[in-house]
Amino acid sequence: MNGWTDELSRARLHVVTGKGGTGKTTVAAALALALATGGRRVLLVEVENRQGIARLFDRPPLPYAEERIASAPGGGEVRALAVDPEAALLEYLDMFYNLGFAGRTLRRMGAIEFATTLAPGLRDVLLTGKVKECVRRVRPTGRHEYDAVVLDAPPTGRVVRFLDVTRAMAELAKAGPIRGQSEGVVKLLHSGDTAVHLVALLEEMPVRETLDAVAELDAADLRPGAVFVNRVNPPRLPERSLVAAAQGRVDAERVRAGLASAGLEVDDDAVEGLVDQAVEHAMRVRAEQRAKELLAEADLPSLELPELTDGVDVAALYELAEVLVGRGVR
Amino acid sequence: MNRLDVDALLDDPATRVLVCCGSGGVGKTTTAAALAVRAAERGRHAVVLTIDPARRLAQSLGLRELDNQPREVRVEGFQPKGGLHAMMLDMRRTFDDMVWAHAGRERAEQILANPFYQTISTSFSGTQEYMAMEKLGQLVGRDEWDLVVVDTPPSRSALDFLDAPQRLSTVLDGKLIRMLSAPARAGGRGIRKIVGAGFGLFTKAVSTIVGGQLLQDASTFVQALDSMFGGFRQRAQATYDLLRSPGTGFLVVAAAEPDALREASYFVERLSAEDMPLTGLVANRTHPVLAPLAASGAQAAADRLERSGDAPLAAAVLRVHADRVAVADREKRLLARFTRAHPGVPLVGVPALPVDVHDLDGLREIGRRLAGE
Repeated sequence: MNGWTDELSRARLHVVTGKGGTGKTTVAAALALALATGGRRVLLVEVENRQGIARLFDRPPLPYAEERIASAPGGGEVRALAVDPEAALLEYLDMFYNLGFAGRTLRRMGAIEFATTLAPGLRDVLLTGKVKECVRRVRPTGRHEYDAVVLDAPPTGRVVRFLDVTRAMAELAKAGPIRGQSEGVVKLLHSGDTAVHLVALLEEMPVRETLDAVAELDAADLRPGAVFVNRVNPPRLPERSLVAAAQGRVDAERVRAGLASAGLEVDDDAVEGLVDQAVEHAMRVRAEQRAKELLAEADLPSLELPELTDGVDVAALYELAEVLVGRGVR
Repeated sequence: MNRLDVDALLDDPATRVLVCCGSGGVGKTTTAAALAVRAAERGRHAVVLTIDPARRLAQSLGLRELDNQPREVRVEGFQPKGGLHAMMLDMRRTFDDMVWAHAGRERAEQILANPFYQTISTSFSGTQEYMAMEKLGQLVGRDEWDLVVVDTPPSRSALDFLDAPQRLSTVLDGKLIRMLSAPARAGGRGIRKIVGAGFGLFTKAVSTIVGGQLLQDASTFVQALDSMFGGFRQRAQATYDLLRSPGTGFLVVAAAEPDALREASYFVERLSAEDMPLTGLVANRTHPVLAPLAASGAQAAADRLERSGDAPLAAAVLRVHADRVAVADREKRLLARFTRAHPGVPLVGVPALPVDVHDLDGLREIGRRLAGE
């Protein structure tokens, strides 16, 4: 399946995960920009204290507040929030116990870290709870505060545990304020309002991990959304030469003759170097083709994003967002 | 640029422990395995401790199951001059073994059955790092190998490897847990005075959230451990001392990407602040240019050939070359920036293999590339 679907357009919470190093944060940011295109307001959230969003947009570290971080074509707007579990816990406690000044002291003592260590699920409940609050928040006009929320989630290895709030709640007390909140989170995450997207590279390991994650999501009754295939290189060799080249067979004489006809005179070593590079390229393209076939097993909508040789800066994010809009993201 | 001489490092009998660290997804495990294979073939008696290796990489070392013990690597075509053992870390079992080794039978059973122990030994984010250190200490202590190569857990930040054990021991060793579980007892009073009524509220809030039973379990567990080990903190300290001792070297593995190099920079600075021996940086999966031809000339020639349609193969080869030059230039720029910030750090670039490594030959090839052959 290629491209975005209407069903995905109806989601209000877009969770983005992927194996480490696949460019999950970049894709999440580009997706937020794409969704905001045309005048919508989108919130981009991170939860792992990495300040990856600030780095990507070349900004100082984000505070625990929703700040405008970019405008999108057509009057859209992206805001960003770095959720800090400590701040989120204090926010909850404040709501119910009015800790005030003592809260800060406890924080300094490491008491909050301690509480989240006692029950590791608590941290996830707090983070997803904050995300849910953002998704559901309504303006006085009755409209949702955000048309969509994009969550830069933990990597594939941990994402299901992170989203499996039901399981985390089993660790917690049977009553109490956070418990009540969590039930709403469970409802949101398992509804059609949420889609969990996966970022993959066309390499065997990331693809296998993606397939495993899809199976795990299905088993946990969470809805896989789209697969974003990141950093796709253009195939350069003609299809008919590809298989032979991948096995090391490139006609060096033909290459030399071709170069000569273009006015390039090169020595044997250079021809050999060019041929070696072409062979490596062909091997990689073949591996990518195999990875793509494997990925098709997931049977999810897929969207390809090009490799950016110059790295990812703010301008590149807009470029990627444009590609996504071109593939139907809205 | 100061070049890292991998063979000299592996051949030096004074090199006893090599720790491969770096952020996730940079190829730490493969690098560790390749170093161990090369060391063994050059005559060392090595053991490699891998953490969560990809299945096929594990198989290439003959590792089929996670049994938490070093196994001799017996793979067809592998007859090293020295010797090689390999193992995969099982963090739960390492923790269990530690309990069995230090507590009496009855006590150990109590601890293992404690629900809080089960949480800590499987889900706490620092446990894997802590157990990796523990296992490293054990392997060094067994004195059966003259070189121990360790991979580090796939955390988001390389620093976690140094910080997590401390974090875990702070949690388990801390006064907080005693105050929370038995606030009336001595020791808690001082801090209670400072925090005042807020602390009572906090205790109440925490027990409302996590439940009184969990607090009780945690407290029982910590008291049992305390009497058993004489404190987690000392144990973490012993590992730190090992890491700081002569014979230990840290190899920071990074991809030639901004994020991975930034992490590598943090780590390099941290090691120097901790007086820990930094051996060098492995810049993994680089794409050096193999033909001395300017990218602009190659592009122009490819344009001409494509217009005429005469030599599609040569045109494609030139496009591949231009792409490669662009990638190589970027990598060189990023590595030069790292070297400017850390001029004293020896560095070696490891050219990328076009396919995944999944057998011994692949590991040998990585080894050759590490050594600059």
